[in-house]
Amino acid sequence: MKTIKLSLAALILSVTFTSCTKDNDDPIVVEENPLADYNMLTTLKANSHSLEVYSDQDQFTIGYNELFIRIKDEAADSYVSDADISWMPVMHMTEMMHSCPKSEVSKTENVSVYKGYSIFQMPGNADEYWELTFDYTIDGQAYNATERIEVTAPVDGKKKVNSFMGSDDTRYILAMMPMDPEVKVNDFSAVLFKMEDMMTFPIVEDYKVTIDPRMPGMGNHSSPNNEDLNYDAASKAYKGKLSLTMTGYWKINLKLMNADDEVLKGETVSEENESSSLFFEIEF
Amino acid sequence: MKTKIMGLPHRRMVAEPKRVSYYIGILCGLFFFATHGDAQQLKVDIGQDSVLPINLSEVIVISSFKETLEHNGHTKPLSTLDEYLEASQKVNMIKRGAYAWEPVLNDMSSERLSITIDGMRIFGACTDKMDPITSYVDVSNLSEAHVCSGQQGAEHGCTIGGSIDLKVEKSNFRPTDWVGSLEMGGESGNNAQIIGGELNYSDERFYVDTDIIYRNAENYTAGGGVEVPFSQFEKYNLSTNAGYSFGDDRKLSASFIFDEARDVGYPALPMDVSLAQAFIGSVSWLQKGFLGGFTDWETKLYANKVTHIMDDSQRPDVPIRMDMPGWSDTFGYFSQAKWKNEKHQVLLKLDGYYNLSLAEMTMYPNDPYERTMFMLTWPDVRTLNNGFYAEDVIKIKESSVKLSTRLAVQNFNIADEFGLNSLRIFYPEMARRQTRFLRSVSAQYHTNLKAVHFNGGLSYGDRAPSVTEGFGFYLFNSFDNHDYIGDPDLKNEKSLEGNAKISLEKERFSIGLEGNYFRMADYILGEIDPALSVMTIGADGVKIYRNLENADLYNVSLDTEYKILKELKWSGVVSYHRGTDQDGRNLPFISPFAYSSNLQYVHMTFSGSLAMRGAGRQVNFNPDFGEDETDAYTVFSLSLGKQFKFGSDDLYVKLGVENLFDAYYSTYSDWKNIPRMGRNFFMTVSYAIN
Repeated sequence: MKTIKLSLAALILSVTFTSCTKDNDDPIVVEENPLADYNMLTTLKANSHSLEVYSDQDQFTIGYNELFIRIKDEAADSYVSDADISWMPVMHMTEMMHSCPKSEVSKTENVSVYKGYSIFQMPGNADEYWELTFDYTIDGQAYNATERIEVTAPVDGKKKVNSFMGSDDTRYILAMMPMDPEVKVNDFSAVLFKMEDMMTFPIVEDYKVTIDPRMPGMGNHSSPNNEDLNYDAASKAYKGKLSLTMTGYWKINLKLMNADDEVLKGETVSEENESSSLFFEIEF
Repeated sequence: MKTKIMGLPHRRMVAEPKRVSYYIGILCGLFFFATHGDAQQLKVDIGQDSVLPINLSEVIVISSFKETLEHNGHTKPLSTLDEYLEASQKVNMIKRGAYAWEPVLNDMSSERLSITIDGMRIFGACTDKMDPITSYVDVSNLSEAHVCSGQQGAEHGCTIGGSIDLKVEKSNFRPTDWVGSLEMGGESGNNAQIIGGELNYSDERFYVDTDIIYRNAENYTAGGGVEVPFSQFEKYNLSTNAGYSFGDDRKLSASFIFDEARDVGYPALPMDVSLAQAFIGSVSWLQKGFLGGFTDWETKLYANKVTHIMDDSQRPDVPIRMDMPGWSDTFGYFSQAKWKNEKHQVLLKLDGYYNLSLAEMTMYPNDPYERTMFMLTWPDVRTLNNGFYAEDVIKIKESSVKLSTRLAVQNFNIADEFGLNSLRIFYPEMARRQTRFLRSVSAQYHTNLKAVHFNGGLSYGDRAPSVTEGFGFYLFNSFDNHDYIGDPDLKNEKSLEGNAKISLEKERFSIGLEGNYFRMADYILGEIDPALSVMTIGADGVKIYRNLENADLYNVSLDTEYKILKELKWSGVVSYHRGTDQDGRNLPFISPFAYSSNLQYVHMTFSGSLAMRGAGRQVNFNPDFGEDETDAYTVFSLSLGKQFKFGSDDLYVKLGVENLFDAYYSTYSDWKNIPRMGRNFFMTVSYAIN
């Protein structure tokens, strides 16, 4: 047994070393798609570039969308590795336009892959639609590309994002970060933005989101040892712990508190009050 | 059913085949016996033969228990094993319905007892204790139940309250040739039908025994004609065992039991059982001579598999539908040898078992679009226990001393990742594995001055938490209406125990006063944690198993027997029990003052009995555990038996009535006060073919 473990360890180490070496020697392997495990949601073709947008999900949905971007130079048949990218999703409603909270687009360990996230508050429909615009610079040359995208409600219909007016008359957007829920103490994160104007959504820091997971189908059963979401400056997200005692449908009741511990939105769950007006949903 | 059959000695004495078949067939139905009277002449003989009248070398351990179990014929030969056990007076039974009662000894139940079948460890697969081990055997395949109190029961495993070892009946190379018997019984209280039979072949070289029993009962009727819904059950049990002798010295034997119950109602619980099934098998090697001066070397390998499926599909009104299956598989062995000289009788034993306990719960939301809810209530707990047991019975003139000890190492391993993660919600630092050391030491003394006998003993023992106490996850207890969660960090429960019995035994009269006292440290009990949210819809709260600082339990009983005439005997028992924790708070499930009285008449082939049984008001109860003050009751029963001969075959008929005056009553051990059966007429017929 010991021998097996040792050889296994040796094998893992050697593989690790080999792969490191490879990366250093050979930074861009065009033939191998580093995003092969992801789904390509859309491709924007402009300026003899193809901007490929990938995600873990199979479509743009309401809530937190983690997106990966690659720029292919069609002429050279290679991927561009040193671009500066910014983006702007815009919702074209019948009477107005607005954007949504989003991150910067940053470079990843793989120089040809860029990433960011975008939080759509609403789906498109026949008359209203989202448009995604990229402004990018390659070797000092600026380009842009725009494409209409389909944003849909999540397949399971569960609520993963809240857009609401706080008691301080500020509009906030609170989105749950993707997780793979299990019966255990899960890591649980969310991002919080406020709406400064139609196109500007800065991150809100140092507030607090209390969580109270409940199972409405089980007499509002709750779980122990949850940790409220507190702001983590490094990841710019709110992080906490979520205990789930069984599979099934959970409603995560929330309360948003500002830095002075004043409740901006949400109510305490009690015998009389079954749920908060601010919540996420999980079903697994 | 077949039964009584107390062991070889008297069988050997009964030389003629006729009488042998008589034992096997006619005695059918008598097993060990109740306090309520006797069955027939022959059985009484058997009892007297095998109930070692204070044979110093063997009796000390089990004297008093053995007497209550074996000196009284059971009034109702085809009754369930549960009824036999209950009739012993030492053993009480917690009832959740008409089937699968849970044995209680010294006011302690399953997790504090060692319950074995021929020394084999078996563990129920139900998280709610709906399948005690005693529900997986039947009187058809047992010969005796050995009940030992406290650490005197440590021979078969770690225990606090004592042990019950159920002995499987075997022909055991007696030269009986072919024998068969058929038994039938019926009861009016629940329209029960019982049918059983057996066919055995045995000679000096080889034996094979087979038996079968089938029971079917509808809802029973409590006193006053009140039907108790969901109290039906159906079960059958098949068993076979065989042996082959390689000359005088070495024997190989094997035994197999299959037991299955279906559609079992539990009126006191919110769920029933659609299937409770057990496969129990073993192979043993027995050798007279062994290394050095050791003799009687016996080694047994065994395995058993228990499946238990709870089901609420028959209940019209439940807050949520759920499935709760459970599985418990056990593999084990023991190997023992004896050594003796004029002063010492030594028994050395090595034993071990490996148990896998897994139980899950799937709940179906009332909203059909929601996903099912799933949890592991027993997270595939692997228990490995290895132990060493030694005892020495030392003869000192008119007295004897028995010293015994058990040392064991017990490992727990949570094999299922899902289950481990579930428990880590409560115990984030919880380790996957843990090891515990368990020990037991005991000294028991017996002496007699003419007709006055004295038994006394002191002992210490501990036990690891049960799977439920250590690792249970939201197990609902309908008695106190709380969800229970285990605690893997529980300390071992420890017990310091003293016992004494003084008795006067004359030819026609005997009286014995007996008492024991358990001082327990780290007594394991569920305590409310108000911070936790209930899982079961409608539950009042959540309890977590905790170690109480200490608890005290004591039991006192007085039993008397008087032979009024050669044919007429009266016996009576009164007992008192008390259990409290360090704050004087009452422990749950402690018997109130209880009594029984029996008058038995046996003349030639006719027997009759009149019995009374009752209990005082339950003054010391604990509402925190769902208990209330149970009223006093007294019930009477009556039975008549007669045997007939047809050539070499024998026919035995027994008629009786229980709860003669149709009292509506329940006892302290009836789950949620479900009433007991009202007036119940029964009849059994046994026919033995030689």
